[in-house]
Amino acid sequence: MPIKIFKNFFKRIFSNLFSSKREIKLGFYGPPNAGKTSLANRICKDFTGEEIGTVSKIPHETRSVQFKEKVEISYKGKKMVFKMIDTPGIATKIDYEDFLKFKMSKKDAKERAKEATQGVIESIKWLDDMDIVVVVLDVTENPYNQVNITIIGNLVARKIPVLIVANKIDLKKADIKKIEAAFPEYEVVGISAKFGDNLEEFYESIFKLSKKI
Amino acid sequence: MIEKKRGKSLGKIKGFSIQFLPYSEIRDSNSDERIKKILEIVLNNNILILQGRLSSNEEARLIGDTMAMIGHIKNFRGIELAVISGNNQESIFGKMTRGIANALAGGDFSAITIIGPATIVKEMKRNPKKIELLLNQ
Repeated sequence: MPIKIFKNFFKRIFSNLFSSKREIKLGFYGPPNAGKTSLANRICKDFTGEEIGTVSKIPHETRSVQFKEKVEISYKGKKMVFKMIDTPGIATKIDYEDFLKFKMSKKDAKERAKEATQGVIESIKWLDDMDIVVVVLDVTENPYNQVNITIIGNLVARKIPVLIVANKIDLKKADIKKIEAAFPEYEVVGISAKFGDNLEEFYESIFKLSKKI
Repeated sequence: MIEKKRGKSLGKIKGFSIQFLPYSEIRDSNSDERIKKILEIVLNNNILILQGRLSSNEEARLIGDTMAMIGHIKNFRGIELAVISGNNQESIFGKMTRGIANALAGGDFSAITIIGPATIVKEMKRNPKKIELLLNQ
């Protein structure tokens, strides 16, 4: 009996040591063009010197899940290792004709639409694999989009900690209060991924959230 | 509340109808059957008004299944989806009471789900108190 207690004690200590050093899977979710890749790029660039993916004004630039492993984020003397998972924007409709406005050929637009639909399916499948999720919303858009509510509802159902990021606070039309009013039960952090504004608050929230896993 | 965009006519829109589905029609169905039924209605150019709402998991599956159909069904570009719930500003006690009642009855009856094909419904503007449907012309 004392041997068993002794064994369990060491097992607990070693598993705690291991879990504190393990990679936390940090997912970036949200509607298209909200700035998921811009934010993931900013973090990856700051801590690894490399970006995770390309960004574009054309919606659905990210059409497959992208990773960056072993991203060690340092904040106020603390360090945590993350696996960054940037997901394609989730939408309920994809019309190839929308891409034609960006001077894309019909063939390319159709191909982009096809890849984008597969990207949405992939994003949804990945929901189960996240430890914590940052839902990136465009602060100039109406937050009451059903896609946002569906994403957050799914994360809550899976008991995955959520941080809502109101991106593009540098824009004149930015209204963070709208997002706060739409999701009063969640912490909302306003940032500008493009200019790196308010990332300190973002890191603080991520570290806080990581403790809930 | 469904509103037509003020000051604009429906223009050349033709060939769609609005179908109401009481929750009792899907209460005993599993998720696959529910989503199949909803998509069948929407693919027939109907705007569906569903009493109650799907679970968040079912909503995600509906989006996934919709995406899988784009490109495989002629002229199908996806759906517009909005849910409005009557208990947004409710107290915790009210939510709990309603939650228990809904669990016993099998659905959130205070909610209304509107789903339409994207070829007909251009946009659903939602705020906490109303849903505004903007139709394609």
